[in-house]
Amino acid sequence: MPEAITYLEAIRQGIWEEMERDDRVFCIGEDIGVYGGAFKVTKGFLERFGEERVIDTPIAESGIVGAAIGASLMGMRPVAEMQFIDFISCAFNQITNFAAKSRWRYGAGVPIVIRGPSGGGVRGGPFHSQNPEMYYVHTPGLKVVAPGTTYDAKGLIKAAIRDDDPVIYLEHKYLYRLPRIKEVLPREDYVVPIGKAAVRKVGRDLSLITYGAMLLHCLDAADTLEKEGVSAEVLDLRTLLPLDAEAIEATARKTGKVLVVHEDTRTGGIAGEVTALINERAFEYLDGPVLRVTAPDAPVPYSAPLEDFFLPNAVKVLEAARRLASY
Amino acid sequence: MPRAKRSTTRRTGSRPSRPPGLSTDRLREIYYFLKMNRLIEERLSALYRQGKVQGGLYSSRGQEAISVGSAYALGPQDILAPMIRNLGAMLVKGVRPLELFLQYLQREGSPCKGRDTSLHFGGIERGLVPPISHLGTLVPVMAGVALAARRRGKPVVALTYVGDGASSTGDFHEGLGIASVRRLPMVLILENNRWAYSTPVSRQSLLTDLADRARGYGIPRGVVDGNDVLAVCTATSSAIALARRGGGPVLLECKTMRMRGHSEHDDAWYVPEEEKRYWERRDPISLYEKRLIARGSVTQADLQRIEKRCLEEIERDLETALSAPFPAPESCIEDVYASGSDEAHVHEETEGKLKVLDGGRRR
Repeated sequence: MPEAITYLEAIRQGIWEEMERDDRVFCIGEDIGVYGGAFKVTKGFLERFGEERVIDTPIAESGIVGAAIGASLMGMRPVAEMQFIDFISCAFNQITNFAAKSRWRYGAGVPIVIRGPSGGGVRGGPFHSQNPEMYYVHTPGLKVVAPGTTYDAKGLIKAAIRDDDPVIYLEHKYLYRLPRIKEVLPREDYVVPIGKAAVRKVGRDLSLITYGAMLLHCLDAADTLEKEGVSAEVLDLRTLLPLDAEAIEATARKTGKVLVVHEDTRTGGIAGEVTALINERAFEYLDGPVLRVTAPDAPVPYSAPLEDFFLPNAVKVLEAARRLASY
Repeated sequence: MPRAKRSTTRRTGSRPSRPPGLSTDRLREIYYFLKMNRLIEERLSALYRQGKVQGGLYSSRGQEAISVGSAYALGPQDILAPMIRNLGAMLVKGVRPLELFLQYLQREGSPCKGRDTSLHFGGIERGLVPPISHLGTLVPVMAGVALAARRRGKPVVALTYVGDGASSTGDFHEGLGIASVRRLPMVLILENNRWAYSTPVSRQSLLTDLADRARGYGIPRGVVDGNDVLAVCTATSSAIALARRGGGPVLLECKTMRMRGHSEHDDAWYVPEEEKRYWERRDPISLYEKRLIARGSVTQADLQRIEKRCLEEIERDLETALSAPFPAPESCIEDVYASGSDEAHVHEETEGKLKVLDGGRRR
């Protein structure tokens, strides 16, 4: 009898299977070998694949990403772990200037994956809760994915490893072991294509566009709306760069009312880009303003009541959706 | 400049006066690369003044012996990552003047298709990893090259350069940290040309020898006279051999002087006259010429023949490059991704749809 597995186990299985399938794939990061990773994503990897393929490094994020880039130029497929995705900022230059531009500059692909736990909701404070996606979404040459389901967590990590371009893979730590999203996954090998959004709930009256951990809050809000007689469609972006413009356009045209929801802060968040796309592609179909529910423009706070105030949730989504429905 | 003089050959185990056992043909070839390096850069400088080469132009005048001597020590399978003042190293690795002129003149058919500048080109298939402008970044990247080579069981050594300035960057230290604990086959040439733009080396570090930065990593180090091409070649050979048999990484400091400004626009007014005069007397190409002739195996006429050959190749390639067209402007949005530019695709589609909407509003 197949067992339902966690989001974290799905990521672990995805990397494991790719390492079994392709000996060019290897892992590099801090405490990933002997210790098995701070969150145990690479537990058991060292024993199976050895220390040439599961590389513990000094605390040097720029060094880790730089080394991954160099190895990828030699034909390897490195998966670099950021212990918390907050620390990806230390590697910003290597990612945005070396990795992102090499193909365009002189034709050298840099097929690396940089992955790590992102997001809040676990009282991690300002440096263990960040959502850094937009720094990288703004960099041509990168791809950015953010799975919100267990199925996608596995399918997207496998797609990211097989992709010929650098991919930032944002795994939400709140989802890691959440019982609610445990899933029985297919036995056979599968990938989730990068650049394709997924309609999680079909609806008629308004669209909730979201990704990552906010997917759950949007689905909860959509259930309540349904009882109130409002049929909400839920679109899970899954990939933030490149955005699935067709899927965004289709749902906007269909319902004419769009609410974008993200855990990232407001100014410069993906909601602005989604809104611009809708303006360009579906303005004539709109029956109300494109609204957004996001974190406010502040660092992520530590204290429980502060973080609960800060993060978007189903209630905030519901309130905004009701407002939008009234147009 | 007693400081530079004093520390020229300590600890390398090589003496510049000792012939490194190269045949006369090889000694002539080294001269060809040195001369080619200088003559190409002189021509680029002229093209810059004519407005044909635009943007930054970084001369390696006075440092040619480091580029040529270090690259000449590499085996054919080894990977080299040049910095902006390592044109000579690229020549040794097989880059021809035509590519350089096409690149600097931003023409179609240039290695970067007009998208990037200067020595930012190459490819792993030719044993070259091009730099970006952010200094120090190649150190961890080349650590990764060495890591991958070893994993694949290839006896490859990865060699790259940092300046005195770049040895202050975080990436220099992060890369050396990773390379050292893994004993990676990497050689790092620390090209100490005394000036990082207008900042003297004394404002970069308190060390007398920047090679001592290696002490912080417990790795072998060396100091060599960077204006003596054979000394550089011998010291790099030793470093490569050590790295190849698992004793690396190695940090080799080559002491030299940047004889022009940071870039063409900069006349280096901040460099003391006395320092300029001292180093002018130590020009690496003149020193090598004198030495070859003193050995007796190469005549002044031989050297003139090599120079003539360089000039002929330069003239021929420059003419070809100057007659090449510029790339199509819209080509600048291609190749952002493996599958073409998704972003460009989006904009094209958007434009089409807006036109349709203008023509027939739905309501």
